[in-house]
Amino acid sequence: MEMVKVTVDGQTVEVPNGSTILAAAKKAGIKIPTLCYHEDFNVKAMCRICVVEVVGARTLQAACSQPVSDGMVIITNSPAVRQARKINLELLLSNHPQDCLNCVRNQRCELQALADQLGVQQQRFHTKTRPESPKDESTAALVRDPDKCILCRRCVEVCHEVQSVGAIAPGNRGINTQILPAGGVDLNDVACVQCGQCSLVCPVAAIYEQDHTERVWAALADPEKHVVVQTAPAIRVSIGEEFGMEPGQVTTGQLVAALRRLGFDRVFDTDFTADLTIIEEGHEFIDRLTNGGVLPMITSCSPGWIKFIEHFYPEYLDHLSTCKSPQQMFGALAKTYYAEKAGIDPKNIYVVSIMPCTAKKFECGRPEMSASGYPDVDAVLTTRELGKMLRQAGIVFSELPEEEYDDPFGITTGAGVIFGASGGVMEAALRTVYEVVTKETLPSVDFNAVRGIEGIKEAEVDLKGTKVKVAVANGLGNARKLMDLIKEGKADYQFIEIMCCPGGCIGGGGQPIPTTNEIRKKRIEAIYKADAGLPLRKSHENPAVKTLYEEYLGKPLGEKSHQLLHTHYTKRGKYPEKSVG
Amino acid sequence: MAIYRSHVLVCGGTPCLLKGARTIRDLFQQEIDRYQMTDEIRVVETGCLGPCDEGPVVIIYPEGVMYSRLQPADVPKIVENHLYKGRVVEELIYKEGKAGREQSGPPGVTLEGEKYLDRQKRVVLRNCGRINPDSIEEYIANHGYKALGKALTELRPEEVVQMVIDSKLQGRGGAGFPTGLKWSFTAKTQADRKYIVCNADEGEPGTFKDRLIMEGDPHSIIEGMAIAGYAVGAEEGIIYIRGEYQLSIERMARAIRQANQYGLLGKDIFGSGFNFQIQIRSGAGAYICGEETALLESLEGNRGEPRVKPPYPGVAGLWGKPTVVNNVETLANIAPIILNGPAWFRSIGTESCPGTKVFTMLGDINNQGLIEVPMGITLREIVYEIGGGIPGGKGFKMAQTGGTSGGCLPMEYLDLPMDYDTLAKAGSALGSGAMLIIDDTHCIVDVLKNFMRFFCHESCGKCTPCREGNPRLYEILTALSAGTATQAQIQLMKDLARTMQLTALCGLGQSAPNSLMTCLRFYADEIAEHLNGECPTGVCKSLATKSEAV
Ligand SMILES: Cc1cc2nc3c(=O)[nH]c(=O)nc-3n(C[C@H](O)[C@H](O)[C@H](O)COP(=O)(O)O)c2cc1C
Ligand code: SF4
Ligand code: SF4
Ligand code: SF4
Ligand code: SF4
Ligand code: FES
Repeated sequence: MEMVKVTVDGQTVEVPNGSTILAAAKKAGIKIPTLCYHEDFNVKAMCRICVVEVVGARTLQAACSQPVSDGMVIITNSPAVRQARKINLELLLSNHPQDCLNCVRNQRCELQALADQLGVQQQRFHTKTRPESPKDESTAALVRDPDKCILCRRCVEVCHEVQSVGAIAPGNRGINTQILPAGGVDLNDVACVQCGQCSLVCPVAAIYEQDHTERVWAALADPEKHVVVQTAPAIRVSIGEEFGMEPGQVTTGQLVAALRRLGFDRVFDTDFTADLTIIEEGHEFIDRLTNGGVLPMITSCSPGWIKFIEHFYPEYLDHLSTCKSPQQMFGALAKTYYAEKAGIDPKNIYVVSIMPCTAKKFECGRPEMSASGYPDVDAVLTTRELGKMLRQAGIVFSELPEEEYDDPFGITTGAGVIFGASGGVMEAALRTVYEVVTKETLPSVDFNAVRGIEGIKEAEVDLKGTKVKVAVANGLGNARKLMDLIKEGKADYQFIEIMCCPGGCIGGGGQPIPTTNEIRKKRIEAIYKADAGLPLRKSHENPAVKTLYEEYLGKPLGEKSHQLLHTHYTKRGKYPEKSVG
Repeated sequence: MAIYRSHVLVCGGTPCLLKGARTIRDLFQQEIDRYQMTDEIRVVETGCLGPCDEGPVVIIYPEGVMYSRLQPADVPKIVENHLYKGRVVEELIYKEGKAGREQSGPPGVTLEGEKYLDRQKRVVLRNCGRINPDSIEEYIANHGYKALGKALTELRPEEVVQMVIDSKLQGRGGAGFPTGLKWSFTAKTQADRKYIVCNADEGEPGTFKDRLIMEGDPHSIIEGMAIAGYAVGAEEGIIYIRGEYQLSIERMARAIRQANQYGLLGKDIFGSGFNFQIQIRSGAGAYICGEETALLESLEGNRGEPRVKPPYPGVAGLWGKPTVVNNVETLANIAPIILNGPAWFRSIGTESCPGTKVFTMLGDINNQGLIEVPMGITLREIVYEIGGGIPGGKGFKMAQTGGTSGGCLPMEYLDLPMDYDTLAKAGSALGSGAMLIIDDTHCIVDVLKNFMRFFCHESCGKCTPCREGNPRLYEILTALSAGTATQAQIQLMKDLARTMQLTALCGLGQSAPNSLMTCLRFYADEIAEHLNGECPTGVCKSLATKSEAV
């Protein structure tokens, strides 16, 4: 690559031709303040906070978008630059509610941090010039607060370009500009899949998850309630970031300890029902493969993905596995099998999930998700909300000892852990399907071809004569590509794994902020580290799962399974009815 | 000062005057006042409109509807139906062919009075009002498509680009970017497809030069586009016409059909192997859609908002393909340059800015309308010679050059030559050539408030400084006119205006404060008086006028 020399505040640095000023300054050790910029997205250059002087240019240049050229002389810290940045920030602040003390993003807010960084100390523009709008709390998963929106459009970018959903877009013009669900209706009335990717990239508190912490505190304080908690595979590799730890640490033991200290009666692991999912889904796949069922079969554990296919490809719902997600399987079993075993009235069992996902809040409210007669799952906390509760309780996460999950839903395998990363469900399924079909032990449990953050991955597995072609997609934009292939009759796969969020659940919409692709990669590494560190790596080897079948379920795809662990889907269409949701 | 939604141009040519045009004019004003539309509609007496036998003649813009043989009784009908209810009065419309061919030109203001004829120089308006715009034969008979023939049969594409570079033609859409250089970028870029886009969005309030060219000489644009296509290697042209310009759209469409029939568009033009086709798209209406990248977004079916540059359209434009975007007037200059050569073109106008410019004279000036004059003409000549001075014997206060985004120039600048370079240096712009003359009864603060209101309305809302800044400028100016502004706010306004100029994403936000910045410089005293609670002109009603204060 051709290198060019540029001068940043007197220092000469060499960078690849076409690099932005932002990158060149970084190389010179200068962090130019940014607001609308996000390292994973196309540059929109709209906030105009990152401006710098380029000698010879008539105007200041946006560092995030302006490419360098050889010999360019850049000044990042002149009085003109400081004044322009500050005025642009003041303009944003003047129409922003000064509400930090009551705000979910207090101390975790890019706008707030910027105000400090740029030395804003007084309001020079007094009145609001922007019309106020009410909060939109129509969806189960998310709250939109347009008054706090600073119009950086990262949410629009992720919703359109990454997720290919396009539920929200800029509307109106000038000072009346807002980010709106199409047609200005409530978010629940458009085809939003509630993935929460928008909430993950929002620099302020303009989109965030529906709060479930208060109901969980109330349940924990209720002596009538037996409160059990399940932790999704991806939480153990991300919760540490809520407490300032470096991304990529495996903190399973501390997570268990923390939840116990919060007062949960039992701390269980969703990995257990992930293993169970593999048994059910694996057998479903073998059944479809051998008995001419609908193929390719597509995984069904990601609720954002489910809502996506219901909206955009409703005619393909029979490709979906009928398995509930691990979260819902867990809830169904907690209020039946576990309730019986522990001798507790299911009415008094309160199931809390710790999830990397906002769509799980939507999923647990789906009317079909109450196998016991009670909702399978009562509350869903995102990783961020758990962080918030632990802070409220004064639990010093980094100093916790490592503790073990409770029985019986705490016994898990590496196959369950890797559900947290894109390709993990496929790999876990293959580990089991191979051994069930061939009745032989896998030479190596690692299916490297389906690992990693790449959007679409493919592999072929030889089940001793039967070749199975599989595909794995993460991020709904990639899911759409695969669905279009199916639609055009060009997909020769038998089995497809789709995860709604980029990188899989480790990159979910409920994960710590920031979540970038770099951070996702570190979490993925941590997931496979956790897998490799476990004695059992295959779901069908999970002794607790075996016991469950012996004691309760009978056999995979049996009648009980059908009742508790399988589900059906709803055709929604792109322009949903007001009542659906 | 107000920005008017419509202009009623009453022909002030001698034949019309003899037939009672003044009475018609006064009646229009009376009726408009009666409907309380005085602030919205401006009645203007103008130079000869053309069909002298059909007088008195009136044209209403922006629709460009011409009414002829008006009797006093017709005026209330037109005001009520056309101006108030928006319904054209069909039976009074001027019909071509009623009079002889000579007078049947397009609607237009061409100021034929002998006094200005010698100052005017027609290049882009060469055919307007002289030939029948619906007749390709007449265009051809007046050297039409000769330049295209010459380019295709005698010149290599790079020679065409070089001629345009040598002519020093600058884009007439606003920014004055050298056209030849722009073409050379696109010519150099390899791509399977390239586009020529003609920018006919013409959103500048009060301006209608592009419309006049399209309606008066549509083939000159087609010819310019085809030559541009040949020069840069594009086979597709798109004309993006402001939606309200129905007649322009019809005329251009007819002209394109004719050119196709004559083999001047389509496949293998002049047997040269060069293919070129043109389609018309009508604009969504927002001012910002005239900005070239917002225009491209609009063409792609997206929200009309500017893109981040680079990449520039010349390299990655429509659908990511190299695209030349040129203004109507720019393209109308191309055929004459190819035909007569760059040296001929450079002999007109000034050394650094050759050629002519079509100016639209608006505001407090006797002869409102369009003129085409060589670059470098002075403001004084425009106002006092061609424009016939300021009505009512009032004094000149300032001229805003370059449309709403231009700066305001005071009396001392009357002898400034009008060209891109000089005006830019003076803190203003030549822009699209709109020239708003403001007499000395107007208050600076009030005038500025009106400009800022326009930008509050037209900001697309994408970037912070423009979206949030314009309302703040308006807010502070309002405080100034109400007598509640502080010195600190004036400083803040200056800093904010500067920040907008330096950091806004596109030309709209960057130039929105131009008028304010120039007025802060040239009318500091008048602004200071407002701070002290006085409005010298008495326009700001909450403040004392000077005489009262004394
Ligand atoms: C806010 C704004 C509005 C504009 N409107 C127009 C317009 O109506 N017509 C036009 O030709 N150019 C307009 N322009 C300029 C175009 O962006 C572009 O520079 C021009 O079309 C290029 O053509 P030229 O090189 O032939 O002048 C506008 C620019 C801005 C910033
Ligand atoms: S979003 Fe940020 S700046 Fe706004 S109120 Fe919340 S914490 Fe404060
Ligand atoms: S939750 Fe997902 S689908 Fe809904 S608006 Fe946000 S990014 Fe788009
Ligand atoms: S909601 Fe958040 S991410 Fe979306 S534009 Fe507003 S501030 Fe940016
Ligand atoms: S300067 Fe104004 S019009 Fe241009 S992009 Fe910014 S907000 Fe839109
Ligand atoms: S960070 Fe560069 S313009 Fe917003």
